[in-house]
Amino acid sequence: MDIFVQQLVNGLVLGSIYALVALGYTMVYGILELINFAHGEVTMIGAMVALAVIVPLLGAGLPVALVLLLAILAAVAACMALGYTIERIAYRPLRRAPRLAPLITAIGVSIVLQNAAMLIWGRGYISFPPILPEGAHQILGAVVTDLQMVIVGLSVLIMIGLTFLVERTRLGRAMRATAQSREVAELMGVNVNTVISATFIIGSALAAIAGIMVSAYYGLAHYYMGFMLGLKAFSAAVLGGIGNLAGAMLGGLLLGVIEALGAGYIGDLTGGFLGSNYQDVFAFMVLIMVLVFRPSGLLGERVAQRA
Amino acid sequence: MALLSVENVAKRFGGLSALEAVSLSVNAGEVYGLIGPNGAGKTTLFNCMTGLYTVSDGAIRLDGVPIQNRKPHVIVGRGFARTFQNIRQFANMTALENVMVGRHVRTRTGVLGAVLRDRRSRAEEQVIRDRSRELMEFVGLKNRGRTLAGHLAYGDQRRLEIARALATDPKLLALDEPVAGMNPNERREMGELFLKLRASGITLLLIEHDVKLVMGVCDRVAVLDYGKKIAEGVPDEVRRDPAVIEAYLGGAPS
Repeated sequence: MDIFVQQLVNGLVLGSIYALVALGYTMVYGILELINFAHGEVTMIGAMVALAVIVPLLGAGLPVALVLLLAILAAVAACMALGYTIERIAYRPLRRAPRLAPLITAIGVSIVLQNAAMLIWGRGYISFPPILPEGAHQILGAVVTDLQMVIVGLSVLIMIGLTFLVERTRLGRAMRATAQSREVAELMGVNVNTVISATFIIGSALAAIAGIMVSAYYGLAHYYMGFMLGLKAFSAAVLGGIGNLAGAMLGGLLLGVIEALGAGYIGDLTGGFLGSNYQDVFAFMVLIMVLVFRPSGLLGERVAQRA
Repeated sequence: MALLSVENVAKRFGGLSALEAVSLSVNAGEVYGLIGPNGAGKTTLFNCMTGLYTVSDGAIRLDGVPIQNRKPHVIVGRGFARTFQNIRQFANMTALENVMVGRHVRTRTGVLGAVLRDRRSRAEEQVIRDRSRELMEFVGLKNRGRTLAGHLAYGDQRRLEIARALATDPKLLALDEPVAGMNPNERREMGELFLKLRASGITLLLIEHDVKLVMGVCDRVAVLDYGKKIAEGVPDEVRRDPAVIEAYLGGAPS
C-alpha cells in the first residue's frame, strides 16, 4: 500500500512535467496539424540554458533565489526565441508542402539541436547543484519532497493560466479560430502567422519550465534528455487526444501515473525478470494501445469532428 | 471616387481563364449586385478581391489604394469584409465568440497583455464583448450569444456570418449568396437587413442568384458570364439587356 501511494505521488510529479511538454505538442498540432518533433529538444535547451546560468552565478556568490529566478527567465526567453525561430525557418516555408515534408524538417531540427547542445555543453551529464530545499513530508504514508510539491503546484498554476489564456482572451480566441479554419480566420482579419508564432512561443516557454523541472528533479541534464521526454510527452498528447488542451493535461498526468506504477510493480509482476529500468516500456505500450483502440484519444472527439 | 475599383482583372488557373479583363467600380453608399450564371466567375472574383487568390493581371483598389495580392487580414484591416457562400462558422465556438474574433483586427492586446491582464487589456476585452453583443442584436440574434455557432438555425448562421464580418468595421461588406437556401420569408427579412446596413453607411457588394432580390435591393448590377463582364447598370436596364437574357436563357427569342 505504501508503495502504491508513493508511486502515485511520483507519477503525478512526473505526469505534470509530461503534461507541460504535451501541451506544446498539442497546441501546435491543433493549429497546424503538425507534429513538432523538435519540441523535446526545446525542453533540453531550456534545462541546459538554466544550468549555464545557475552554475556560474552560484559560483559568483549570488543568493539562491535570485539565481533561480534569473535561470528561469533566461531559459524561458531562450526557448521562446528558439521556438519562434524553428517555426520560422523549418515549418513556415513548408506550410503548403505535403505533410511529410515538415515532419522531416522537424526531425532534422531535432538532430541539429542535439548536436549543437553536445558541442556547446559537452557529452557528459551536467549535474544540477544541490541548491533546492530538501524538506520532505509524510502524507498518507508516502514521502513528498518540497521540490515535488513545487513541481506539481507550478504545473497546475501554469495549466490554469494557459486555459484562461485560450478560453478568455483575444489571443486565445484567435488561436481557436485559426485552429478551426486558418482560411476563415484570416479572412476575418486574424493575422494567422502571428497566431502561429505565438503558439510556438507559448509552447516553448512551457517546455523551458518543464526542462528545468526535469533537471532539478533528477539532478542532472544531458544533451540527449529531450529525446525520450519528447516521445513520452507526445504519447501523452496522443493519449489525451492530440489537439485538445485538456486532453494533453489529462494524458500527461495519466501517463506519469501509469509509468510510475508500472515501474513500481514490474518486478513483482514478472517475478523479478524485469526491473524498474523497463519503465519506459509503459509509455509506448500506452501509445500503441491508444493508436489501436482509440486513435482519437481519451478526449479526442471534438478534434475528430473538427477535422 | 469609387470605393472599390476593379481594373482589368484577370485570373488564370493554368490554361483555364476564369476571369478576363473584368472591370467594375462600386461607389460608396450603394448596394452593388454581382450576378451571373453558375461558373461565371463571381466567387473567383470575390476571392481575388479578398486576398484568397492572387490575380494574374490587373489591379483592385479600395479607396484608391491597391489591395490586389495582399494578405487577407491586411485587406480586412483596410475595411473590406466578406461572408461565405457555404457557411463557414467557427462551429465549436459560441456565437458571441465568433463575432468577437471579427474584432481582432481592430484591437491590440498581444501575448503580454493577455498574460498580465493589465487594466488596458481588460478594458479592451470588455469593449470587444459589448460591441459584439450590439452587432448580434443589429442582425437580429439578440440573446443567442451563448449558443454554439454550429447549433444555430441555418438562417441564423447566415446572420451570424454577417455580424462577424461587421465586427471588423468594414466600409465595404461583400456577401456571397447570403440568401441561398432560405425560404421567401427569410429572404425578405434578409433584404430588409441589407437596406438597414446601407442606411448605417456600409457599402454592400452582393453576389446573388436570386434575381428578384437583386433587382429589389441593388442600386446597380453587373453581370458576369464566362469570366467576362457582359453588362452593368441599374437593375431595370440590365434586366432588358439582350446579352444578359442570352446568358441566362441561352439565346433571345428571335
